[in-house]
Amino acid sequence: MTNMLQSRWWSWGFRSAVLIYFVLLIVFPILGIYGQSLSGGWHAFTDNVTEALAWKAVLLTVKLALISTAINAAIGTMAAWVLIRYRFPGRRLLNSLVDLPFALPTAVVGLMILLLLGPRSPVGQGAEALGFTILFHEPAIVIAMVFVTFPFVIRAVQPLLEELDASEEEAAYTMGASPARTFFRVILPCMTPGIASGAMLAFSRALAEFGAVVLVAGNIPGKTLIASVYIFGEIESDNPAGAAAVSVLLLTLSFAILWIVHFVQTRRTGR
Amino acid sequence: MMRRLWIGLTVLVFGLLLVIPVIRIAQGAFDAGWSGFWRGLTRPEALHALLMTGIIAVVATVVNAFFGVMLSLYLVRATWLGRRLKRLMNSLVDLPFAVSPVIGGLMIVLLLGPDTALGGLLGRAGIDIVYALPGMVIATLFVTFPLVVREVMPVLQEIGSQQEEAAHMMGAYAWTTFWRVTWPSIRWSVVYGVVLTVARCLGEFGAVLVVSGNILFKTQTATTLVYQDVENFNLTAANAVALALAAGSVLLLLFMEWAKSRKEVH
Repeated sequence: MTNMLQSRWWSWGFRSAVLIYFVLLIVFPILGIYGQSLSGGWHAFTDNVTEALAWKAVLLTVKLALISTAINAAIGTMAAWVLIRYRFPGRRLLNSLVDLPFALPTAVVGLMILLLLGPRSPVGQGAEALGFTILFHEPAIVIAMVFVTFPFVIRAVQPLLEELDASEEEAAYTMGASPARTFFRVILPCMTPGIASGAMLAFSRALAEFGAVVLVAGNIPGKTLIASVYIFGEIESDNPAGAAAVSVLLLTLSFAILWIVHFVQTRRTGR
Repeated sequence: MMRRLWIGLTVLVFGLLLVIPVIRIAQGAFDAGWSGFWRGLTRPEALHALLMTGIIAVVATVVNAFFGVMLSLYLVRATWLGRRLKRLMNSLVDLPFAVSPVIGGLMIVLLLGPDTALGGLLGRAGIDIVYALPGMVIATLFVTFPLVVREVMPVLQEIGSQQEEAAHMMGAYAWTTFWRVTWPSIRWSVVYGVVLTVARCLGEFGAVLVVSGNILFKTQTATTLVYQDVENFNLTAANAVALALAAGSVLLLLFMEWAKSRKEVH
């Protein structure tokens, strides 16, 4: 028995099984989607991508993802700062709550926003009285994106703040720097790499978000239809080539972001 | 003064963004009282959907836990893989994080759908992939693949290979070395990765929606049922299922916190 387990055949079998699984599950499908998008030739691809509605959907997604990333960079930096630097009752609870958006199903998130901001809810009515609607308009999409990407910046900034050497800060104070000056000259530069990499991950997740958005966006073509919902619509209406073309656009953007984050991180740890 | 302001603001943001929405779901589920919640949750279609979600979660978690641990071992330890290749594979592992779930589903439809060569072949053999359970499992496998690997790999790198080499030199078989030396140190990160995988399986929506076709009593999962209920303006029922899912996620989150503290102790 042990002889058999030890034998080369077993380890060879394990190795090939794991490699084949990896290639079939991850590499093959991604190559497949690039292949499919170009299957009708280059012209068909550019036609699909430059179709007005597709193009508008991609632009809208990028715009709203940028807004939600900016919001999250601000909120996340503040929350990370408070959670690391201050001691107050409930701090541990808040720190555990940070991961909640990762744990909650995105469809449930969509439903939550629908209930909270709908036209019959107090918030929806308040906004209506002020002359704008949240649900089925851009604000609802931004809120959904902010919720779903909430943990990224916090989780990226926290370790940097923990590592920050207190003596640097003290030195700044002793040399007569004001708290504000110390913050902008010493603390903020230390947090910046975390804010940047967290924000990029949040951005790429916001670009990809589907579940939370599809329920609250209204999905009006050209107005509140974001890229992932557009892709879903193309699949439903049996136009896989169009879906694949827009997918390739989104994927390439996300891969570029992921690669930059990877590059920045390896350079930082390598130093 | 500043301190109070920042703490107050943070608590406010957490309350508005995270706590109130969860409370609102719970409240919505009990709009029609306890019986309304119970009826929403024990409808035949809800029971079937929860069963589907359960099956997918179990299968996908078991498969990805096994392959995830094996792949981490290979990527950290294997001498038979070139360094370049290992680095390339290491960055490829993260790809599912960058792919929109809808695109993940589309990939499977494009490769294995009824109109494709492979899908047609399997279909004639009586095996349906797309619009059936196998496709939904594959979609979930794709989406959850990086979770275990990303938890286990750093720990393997940290503990180094000295102890394993010592065990090997003293004549232990590879199998024994793994269970006696490696496994005890990676145990809690595997648990952590598995919990994350289960949570993601329960919540997966986009990829499964595309692949399953969301067919009632056949390929409908808990999340796609919530989606359909909302589309049909059946909000109380949607809330009941959503509350069950949210409660599951919160429980997993609590368990995760506990596993994390165990991991740090180790």
